[in-house]
Amino acid sequence: MADALLTLDGLRKAYPGVVANDDVSFTIKPGEVHALLGENGAGKSTLVKMIYGLVKPDQGAMVLNGVPFTPANPAAARAAGVAMVFQHFSLFDALNVAENIALGMDNPPHPRELSQRIRDVSNAYGLPLDPDRTVGDLSAGERQRVEIIRCLLQDPKLLIMDEPTSVLTPQEVEILFTTLRKLTAEGTAILYISHKLEEIRALCEHATILRLGQVVDTCDPREKSARELAEMMVGSTLHVPSRAEVAPGEVILSVDGLSLKSATEFGTNLHDIHLEVRAGEVLGIGGVAGNGQDELLGALSGEALAPGAITLKGEAIGHLGPNPRRSRGLLTAPEERLGHAAAPDMSLTENALLTGSVRKHLTEKGFLKWGAAEAFALRIIEAFDVRTPGPDNAARSLSGGNLQKFVIGREILQNPDVLAVNQPTWGVDASAAADIRQALLDLAHHGAAVIVISQDLDELMEVADRFTALNEGRLADPVPTRGLTVEDIGLMMGGISGDMTDDTAEGAA
Amino acid sequence: MNLDQINPILLIASLMVAATPILLAAIGETVVEKAGVLNLGVEGMMITGAVVGFAIGVNSGSPALGFVGAAIAGAALSMLFGVLVLYLLSNQVATGLGLTLFGLGLSALIGKPYEGMKVPTLAKWDIPLLSDIPVLGPILFQHDPMVYVSIGLIMAVWYVLKSTRAGLILRAVGENHDAAHALGYKVIRVRLMAIAFGGACAGLGGAYISLVRVPQWVEGMTAGAGWIALAIVVFASWRPWRVLLGAYLFGGITVLQLNLQAAGVPIPVEYLSMSPYVITILVLVLISTRGKHGAPGSLGRIFHASH
Amino acid sequence: MIRLEKRPSPSRFWATATPILAVIATMIAGGIMFALLGKDPLEAIRTIFWDPLFHETFGPYSRPQLLVKAGPLILIAIGLSLGFRAGIWNIGAEGQYIVGAICGAGVGLAFYPTDSVLLFPAMVLAGALGGWAWAMIPGLLKVKFGTNEILVSLMLVYVAESMLASASQGLLRNPEGMGFPGSRNFKEFPAGHNAEIFTNSGMHWGVVAAFIAVIFAYILLTRHMLGFQVRLTGEAPRAAKFAGVKPARLILFSLGVSGALAGMAGMFEVTGPAGQVSIDFNSGYGFTAIIVAFLGRLNPIGILLAGLLMALTYIGGELAQLMLGLPGAAIQMFQGMLLFFLLAMDVLSNYRVRWLRKEVTS
Repeated sequence: MADALLTLDGLRKAYPGVVANDDVSFTIKPGEVHALLGENGAGKSTLVKMIYGLVKPDQGAMVLNGVPFTPANPAAARAAGVAMVFQHFSLFDALNVAENIALGMDNPPHPRELSQRIRDVSNAYGLPLDPDRTVGDLSAGERQRVEIIRCLLQDPKLLIMDEPTSVLTPQEVEILFTTLRKLTAEGTAILYISHKLEEIRALCEHATILRLGQVVDTCDPREKSARELAEMMVGSTLHVPSRAEVAPGEVILSVDGLSLKSATEFGTNLHDIHLEVRAGEVLGIGGVAGNGQDELLGALSGEALAPGAITLKGEAIGHLGPNPRRSRGLLTAPEERLGHAAAPDMSLTENALLTGSVRKHLTEKGFLKWGAAEAFALRIIEAFDVRTPGPDNAARSLSGGNLQKFVIGREILQNPDVLAVNQPTWGVDASAAADIRQALLDLAHHGAAVIVISQDLDELMEVADRFTALNEGRLADPVPTRGLTVEDIGLMMGGISGDMTDDTAEGAA
Repeated sequence: MNLDQINPILLIASLMVAATPILLAAIGETVVEKAGVLNLGVEGMMITGAVVGFAIGVNSGSPALGFVGAAIAGAALSMLFGVLVLYLLSNQVATGLGLTLFGLGLSALIGKPYEGMKVPTLAKWDIPLLSDIPVLGPILFQHDPMVYVSIGLIMAVWYVLKSTRAGLILRAVGENHDAAHALGYKVIRVRLMAIAFGGACAGLGGAYISLVRVPQWVEGMTAGAGWIALAIVVFASWRPWRVLLGAYLFGGITVLQLNLQAAGVPIPVEYLSMSPYVITILVLVLISTRGKHGAPGSLGRIFHASH
Repeated sequence: MIRLEKRPSPSRFWATATPILAVIATMIAGGIMFALLGKDPLEAIRTIFWDPLFHETFGPYSRPQLLVKAGPLILIAIGLSLGFRAGIWNIGAEGQYIVGAICGAGVGLAFYPTDSVLLFPAMVLAGALGGWAWAMIPGLLKVKFGTNEILVSLMLVYVAESMLASASQGLLRNPEGMGFPGSRNFKEFPAGHNAEIFTNSGMHWGVVAAFIAVIFAYILLTRHMLGFQVRLTGEAPRAAKFAGVKPARLILFSLGVSGALAGMAGMFEVTGPAGQVSIDFNSGYGFTAIIVAFLGRLNPIGILLAGLLMALTYIGGELAQLMLGLPGAAIQMFQGMLLFFLLAMDVLSNYRVRWLRKEVTS
């Protein structure tokens, strides 16, 4: 094939206990947007790491521009014209934009010249960026621009993008797509990795679908419906949560005028947040990552105190720590499973004790009741179908989906009056995600108030009765989910977030 | 009591000498911490440098060779730490403490035969013309070469960290080792080199005590200088010129309290000799009230590339 | 090529095996070191590890010494281990030990020559309080200002040493000592003397306290919420905060306990085996206890065994000094090596070592 830019032939990569990729073959042509589609754990990340020289394939070969391509490291891949924008940005918070970009280049020009080129390229592609700003102060969208411009400065022939839109508002996605179309018009090929089907249908001409490390199908996504793509990807019919109509009850939790300074240097401050949740309803809170989600959950859990700002069933609880709040019925599950919601090296029994000691009476006069704790862990494992040899196993030995089921199950089985969760299905396989969403809906159905903070809009549309969004630490007024359009949601999420003008307002506030 | 004995010019000049060992060790540790590694073994590397420098100085008759040997010894000892924390992924705090205890034992063992011996010390440079300038001359231009080497090192580290690609990579590794790894930088190699540099600097600092400042070998003679160097890195917010400032401030306090002791001020000797440590604590408290600005993001964290 | 792979769960087998392997490796490396020093390695090892316990002439003298040396090491290491488990690094136990000794002895000497039975308990209390207060300095500074406790606690060792020099030459000096530095000897002051409980057993009240501390720490860590919180904070600080642990309280608790235990150890030492407050009564137990804590894997039972082992190397080292002319510093290095080998082998309990071959085909 003379017109192929990159040909993959029979790539295989195995890790102990799991085959990440097996016999993967496909071709990318110059100037095309090629989608790599698959669920979490389908092997997309490993595949692109092989192309980018981070991982060596066990078997198989790659050909780039007619020449065998065996990049020993990312620098070799970059020299051959392959660039990559990572899903989790490989940026350095304390360094400025120009320094970050220089680190991603093999022969960076003199700093002054580099700054000028950054300005030129960023303007040419409609991605304004100030080279002297500290990266830690940028919004998620701007941080992605740093990555993209870093790649563009090397004139890549192939640009790999790993889940680029997961941190963007709908409006920012449009800007990104415009930039990408401009690039393909100039002949750059793009390997676009995503599990967002509508985006792929809008952008890509060709799709390769991976399941369990193997290519299961190829297609032209513009000719397929989202449902057809989803079925190719998952390989079975999805269990869609069923929602029973419930008239919401009385207000259980209300937050009034919550303002909070972030505890971390590059975190987001919360500004004057108001919200109410009623018994039996699910409140969905959307927003792009890094707009105050962690801080809001911390304020609800009691890790950060907010005297006077939070009322639970008529009682002021803002000044109370996590355990007094738990005993009063407010439970939470933070986003980060390992290290925050659970202690990685501790057993599941100990992790059950971590939040369950108060409501499940797992201690007596300060002494631990190990038997009761283990029984509680076993109940979680059983009720939520957590796959593990037993409660003695360390939390980190569980897969992401199983640990998440354990964490959510641990809170649900304590019969909360209010449950607040952050990113309940992040990085979780589809069937576990469906189980978790169903469990949250069941909980609301039984009369609890549920707050779901998530960056996955599809998820929020599916579970939430009312919707609101966080933007730069501010919360929009909640509206009923039914009848919301993508444009409405985008506006609530702050339109194009992270514009320079917003920051001055921040400073004044 | 006779405060007139205290000559301000001599005081400032000797402050620079008193500060040099700490300055050398602290600038080395700054580089190590900038690369994201916390090496609490500075004291152990310093004392090893002190004894090796002294032994080589005695045997060869050349203090310069003594310094070279001390730097090599400090670097060699630091590699023990480097292998443990970088390849065997041991806890940096525990390993650094271990290095200090090990170094104290090792130095006592090596130093036994050298106790009470004399060593040729570094000659002072009398820089022509400049040293004749009144006041400034005796303060700045009549020192031994190591004083200038230490200031030169500060300048070099400042320049490399701020303006070179190697410095940028080092800072990137210390800031976020996972991201640096993802970009293809050799995190472990960069850190190993930084640790070796830190060890060599600590060795030089130790040798300065045994070859110039005292000059003699006494067991445990660094007396916490390595720990003070660690405190000065924090004081300096990981910035080279502030390391210089911190070390000279500390040197000033040490020299002043010695002068006060000599002048017979009616303050018990014990209070005077504990004052440098008390003041270091007070400065640490002052610095920490300002928050953690400037600490490298990956400082003290274990790096293990999973793929 | 060798690769390290993280184990899904920490290995219990290796957690127990690594200290034993580390001891064996240290014996081998130590043997090489002794050979380099021109001593017969086997004889040196035997003199250090075997003769103190079983030698016909030295055994009866050395065996009680085992408890005398192990007592303070264990008592201090137990306290330190609580903080180390929670990621709080008190490395100034030596200072707390000295201050505890000064306070405990000070209370005793203030009531000289009483024969009240209440004196000794009061002295124990004073020692514990002194160590506790000294450890509260880094504790409060860390809680209030976030000051690094490693550096502060260590600086305070030097301050405490100056105070000790001052006390033994001034405030606590024996008025009948003809101007020599050092306090009255507690051996001649029965009410304040930490005497052996059984003659020639080495067992004094400090050893009893060490055993009690081991039992309490064991119960605390395995059965009590506070111990659970200590472990949780060390393993996952964010999860601990989420679980409702108040970091400030935990910092003060663990520093306070380790300070109090170190202070008690100092008081027992100065009124018992050392006998008097003198400028150099402290022999670095506060630092060696750090090795003991790690060698015992921060586990109370492990610390008990590690303390006895470390005491053996002290006594054996002295014996080797006497019999073979082995320098005293060699033992210090030997102890440092032991810690290094342990840290190096620790990797085995959390990681699996794999030898990779170039081509892997299925």
